Amino acid sequence: MSPIISMQQLNKTYDSGFQALKDVNLEIRRGEIFALLGPNGAGKTTLISVICGIVNPTAGTVLADGHDIVRDFRAARSTIGLVPQELSTDAFETVWATVTFSRGLFGKPKNPAYVEKVLRDLSLWDKRKEKIIALSGGMKRRVMIAKALAHEPRILFLDEPTAGVDVELRRDMWEMVRGLRENGVTIILTTHYIEEAEEMADRVGVINRGEIVLVENKHTLMEKLGRKELRLQLSEPLSAVPESLAPMSLTLSADGHELVYSFDARHEHGDIAGLLRRLGELGIEFRDLRTRESSLEEIFVDLVHNGTPGGTDTPQPAAGDSQ
Amino acid sequence: MNLHAIRAIYLFEMARTWRTLMQSIASPVISTSLYFVVFGSAIGSRMVEIDGISYGAFIIPGLIMLMLLNESISNASFGIYMPKFSGTIYEVLSAPVSYVEVVLGYVGAAASKSIILGLLILATSRLFVDFGIEHPFAMLFFLVLTAVTFSLFGFIIGIWADGFEKLQIIPMMIVTPLTFLGGTFYSVNMLPPFWQTVTLFNPVVYLISGFRWSFYGVADVNVAVSLGMTVMFMLLCLATIWWIFKTGYRLKS
Repeated sequence: MSPIISMQQLNKTYDSGFQALKDVNLEIRRGEIFALLGPNGAGKTTLISVICGIVNPTAGTVLADGHDIVRDFRAARSTIGLVPQELSTDAFETVWATVTFSRGLFGKPKNPAYVEKVLRDLSLWDKRKEKIIALSGGMKRRVMIAKALAHEPRILFLDEPTAGVDVELRRDMWEMVRGLRENGVTIILTTHYIEEAEEMADRVGVINRGEIVLVENKHTLMEKLGRKELRLQLSEPLSAVPESLAPMSLTLSADGHELVYSFDARHEHGDIAGLLRRLGELGIEFRDLRTRESSLEEIFVDLVHNGTPGGTDTPQPAAGDSQ
Repeated sequence: MNLHAIRAIYLFEMARTWRTLMQSIASPVISTSLYFVVFGSAIGSRMVEIDGISYGAFIIPGLIMLMLLNESISNASFGIYMPKFSGTIYEVLSAPVSYVEVVLGYVGAAASKSIILGLLILATSRLFVDFGIEHPFAMLFFLVLTAVTFSLFGFIIGIWADGFEKLQIIPMMIVTPLTFLGGTFYSVNMLPPFWQTVTLFNPVVYLISGFRWSFYGVADVNVAVSLGMTVMFMLLCLATIWWIFKTGYRLKS
């Protein structure tokens, strides 16, 4: 199946000389939820703005559903809905008027039934006659989403969709995004909340200093690049890690009650069996054990700040989809 | 052509007018009516006729033009500046619309408002002064042409402005003085020869002169020259807008 968005050698240099995007090659698959992660100023919003036509690219091409965003901008933009990061709304318009305006602006004839469905899906139906200025921040965010969905787009960009919203609303939005995906909408979201990407995304892309550092299936990424830990609660405290266990990358807690075995998740289960056997041979008993995987956040921080995933010596994957 | 988009922008802008009826319609009608009361009825009754026209009737085309220029510029500049100010311009820039459609929507709405106001003031002036219109179709043509041309000019100002001060500075500092000095309250022929020549560099002279001709059949400059100057200014505005959208000036990074 052809990708719904395809970027080739995309570059953006602002008038100030700042290069926001450097040779970005990226493909977004139909029907997926793609999370684009990156620190502030990494180029996430610039990338979205170029695709949506808000910022002119310096070089490179972008196809949206097979249409060039510059040469065939009408067809390309008709497929795209955008929810920007900022809460930019017409304060004195009613919810109904602003959503209807968005539908017309994108070239769609009036369809009150569809607008009603969008508003109901977003729990905005009761607010349809209210002016936007009277709504809470969370409701305004919903209005932004309703506006983006008003023209029935096949691609939806969500730029920091849950920035500044409470936990309950964030959960609601996640549900809504899943619902949209089930209806065939491809979703690209940027976020600072790693848990958001971890919760929702099918694939994760990491951008840093304008370059795509990595694109990977979320689960594969966590399996391949994540760290695992085995934590053993010892029956009796140790004063130091025994000499014979030194090669196994063990650490001891300050009070000597917890022994932590860290290993690369790519090496399947490490040598847990060997560790437990040796502990038995040394007469070290434990009363509890638990394992934990490194989160996407830890992987992300390692990628962005240390240049290597998982804090290991793993070679950095090439830009683009490694799948 | 994305007709739905043009319609959406047009109706959205017009809705703002109906929502702020006092500010958009009533205020300019009242303030222009005050000119008729003061200059037309009170002072005008003591003035001699100009070109065989009573002073009250003489100033009507100029006053309508004064309001038309200010309102066209103000409506169009505010219409495009507000989305820039509030950030909602992202939606227009990301929509499948060409710059022609954007201009038709915003400028069409701004010009419509000005034309409605012009006709309202024309009707109101009949309450104070007795006058006839010698060339009604020409009058309507000049009214529409001026409203469209100066709405285009206002659209440019709205894109250029990066603050409310800049939004006001050209209408306040340039357009209003040029209108007052362009023959609104007097005939250019009443000026000394030197100032008559200087006045001919004021583009508003041509607008008022042409408009007054459509009312009374008398003009300070030839009506064809008036028409030509207005069309030339409109083409200049169109060329500037074409350049703005081509380069993304003050709209796109």
